[in-house]
Amino acid sequence: MLKAKEYIIEKGLLLCALITALTTIGIILVLTIEAITFFKEISLVDFLTDTQWTPLYSEKHFGVLPLLAGTFLTTVIAILVALPIGMGIAIYLSEYAPKSFRKTIKPLLELLAAVPTVVYGFFALMVVTPFLQKIIPGLSGFNALSAGIVMGVMIIPFISSMSEDALHAVPKSLREAAYGMGSTRLQTVFKVTIPSASSGITASAILAISRAIGETMIVAIAAGQMPGLTFNPIKPVQTITAYIVQVSSGDVPFGSLEHSTIFATGISLFVLTFILNSISFWVSKKYHRQYE
Amino acid sequence: MITSVIKEKKNSKGMQDKIKQNSIKLESENVGVFYGHKKVLQNVTMRIQANTVTALIGPSGCGKSTYLRLFNRMNDYIDNFRKEGDVIIDGNEIYKKGIEIEELRKTVGMVFQKPNPFPKSIYENVAYGLRIQGINKKSALDEIVEKSIKQAALWDEVKDDLKKNALTLSGGQQQRLCIARTLAVQPSVILMDEPASALDPISTARIEDLIYELKQNYTILIVTHNMQQAGRVSDHTGFFYLGELVEFGDTRQIFTNPKSEKTESYISGRFG
Repeated sequence: MLKAKEYIIEKGLLLCALITALTTIGIILVLTIEAITFFKEISLVDFLTDTQWTPLYSEKHFGVLPLLAGTFLTTVIAILVALPIGMGIAIYLSEYAPKSFRKTIKPLLELLAAVPTVVYGFFALMVVTPFLQKIIPGLSGFNALSAGIVMGVMIIPFISSMSEDALHAVPKSLREAAYGMGSTRLQTVFKVTIPSASSGITASAILAISRAIGETMIVAIAAGQMPGLTFNPIKPVQTITAYIVQVSSGDVPFGSLEHSTIFATGISLFVLTFILNSISFWVSKKYHRQYE
Repeated sequence: MITSVIKEKKNSKGMQDKIKQNSIKLESENVGVFYGHKKVLQNVTMRIQANTVTALIGPSGCGKSTYLRLFNRMNDYIDNFRKEGDVIIDGNEIYKKGIEIEELRKTVGMVFQKPNPFPKSIYENVAYGLRIQGINKKSALDEIVEKSIKQAALWDEVKDDLKKNALTLSGGQQQRLCIARTLAVQPSVILMDEPASALDPISTARIEDLIYELKQNYTILIVTHNMQQAGRVSDHTGFFYLGELVEFGDTRQIFTNPKSEKTESYISGRFG
């Protein structure tokens, strides 16, 4: 009787594991198959080199570069916001803050990641953009800048939390060695602790970038729907994710070429984040080995 | 003030011998240490001569490491640390106001129990102490790095790959690198906290030879669990038990003719 129960539970757990694995494989398969139908009509070279993206207009162009530029622009702005702030938080919490402060503030910071992204999106559109328009005269109502800044705020906890873990994991003995030679606290932090934790910090930054690239709601709401090959942050742009939202929520006929564009762009996005996650995984694994 | 002894030494050869025999480098006067309410050291009075090796022995938790770390103020980082009495180097109380901890630690170097090189190149490990003092001139660095590694008896093994990561060295080599790193800052005192306890017998023997060599120019304080090692490397030995200095004297006297019964039973291996 007991044996049978154990058997059922074991198989049940296996099933859970299989479901996730199969889902991932299923997604990749669907993306690939649909993307292949798209690339039968549009050559990969056109897709990667054409500078216009107008599949929904009468004169159709299928160059993914404008979407990539929009994704790139918003991501860069987000990282420029999140990296210095996130690192500052991580260094303060790990090296300076009293233990009790660290214990209370860390979960609070991680709450930032729990705010629904649609809230962030409206925050960017209704609060940040009007505020920035007072400072920057030519700022469009939809623009890469506010979307990027708000996205930066959203990914701060990714960087601060993981970097703080990496700094915290640097052995006490290394800090003692630095102090023992007459280093000040600041010298110890910047010349010993941060370099020793560099791979963990790098991994956190890459993961944050990957998260920013995949972020959808904020950019769909606040960055606009105008794909253009521009790096001007005050203009509206469209990211890959925002385009996918536009098509899947619009009235593009199912099965048409226009509809299959979302799979081509989707697989581009998947490849991009997959590469970044792999790098992050590899870097952080390397760093764990260092102190074993 | 701290360098006054060194300056005098240069003045005359005759003085030098006299100073070597008589000058007191390190002193503690009725020193007690508390961690919160717990008293871990009490009434330790000790005078340590310049250019000698002094071994601190005793069972785990007897306070010998805490005592060692008083001299470079490494205990300051422990929560609720408090000390009473005076800790004196070259005649100066090192806990009084106005003492720069960073300057103190450039005079009092430390080698730790587990080799702890930075995850940087061999060269950068040794150059670290100089770089934080703002010395970045390559020729100056090259010279001191080479001299320090030679002093630590590591030069022949690493001279061709100074750019290699220090973590690729063996444990014994890493510990000698840590000694080289300490020497590069040119301290006059070296504190060693069980420097050979994580090493194999051959590496241990090399470290011991090195300690004997370094005595010429440095005052060395070494904590050890290894009785034979204390006997081999030190001139004087202090035996700590339950936070008190039970006995302090010539190493030979301590090992052959201890005054205290406790010392005798610890040395002969009856407890500890």
